[in-house]
Amino acid sequence: MIEILVELVITLLLLAGSFFLLVGSIGLAKLPSLVQRLHAPTKSTTLGIGGLLVASMLHAWLLEDRFSVHEVLITLFLFLTAPITAHMLAKARLLRSRAEAESLPPTGRQVGWATLDAGEPRPDGT
Amino acid sequence: MIDAALLIAALAVALALLLNLYRLAKGPDMVDRVLALDTLTVNAIALVVVIDMALGPQTYFEAALIMAMFGFVSTVAFCKFMLRGDIIE
Repeated sequence: MIEILVELVITLLLLAGSFFLLVGSIGLAKLPSLVQRLHAPTKSTTLGIGGLLVASMLHAWLLEDRFSVHEVLITLFLFLTAPITAHMLAKARLLRSRAEAESLPPTGRQVGWATLDAGEPRPDGT
Repeated sequence: MIDAALLIAALAVALALLLNLYRLAKGPDMVDRVLALDTLTVNAIALVVVIDMALGPQTYFEAALIMAMFGFVSTVAFCKFMLRGDIIE
């Protein structure tokens, strides 16, 4: 009885994780503009692979009597680096496309947006 | 039950890999292609995890961890090249 419950939990986690991975990649393939395309793979695939790694940890612990924390390392690494890559890709898009950079709203202050003004002298001379 | 779920998970991850290849080929800008490469890396890690569960207690997680690290570093290097024209200044 307990084996069936354990197998059911692992099966559900596997299916949910792979579903979210597929949804993230469908979003990457189908969304119309780049800024929208940055959302889908970074968030959804991180969640999907977290689910798959939890399923793998449960599988190793409950069915093979082997306690492994490698999966936690991979999950931690992906959680830390996915926002960094999304940020750098958005910045690359903003600085490469002049139409995107000019469509930003005005800041209402003396200095403009920091990422577009970097390298130029500030209005007060510093 | 777990074998059927592993097969479905592997098929779903393979389909996700093909969709990423489509975006890699089609993406009108270079940023699209770099994003597709990064997502390809994460999906490849998922495939390694599923295969490790299916083939018994062999340790493939070091391969997955190394792929994660290389994927991240290569994405950051591509972005730096796009922004500055040079990786090590």
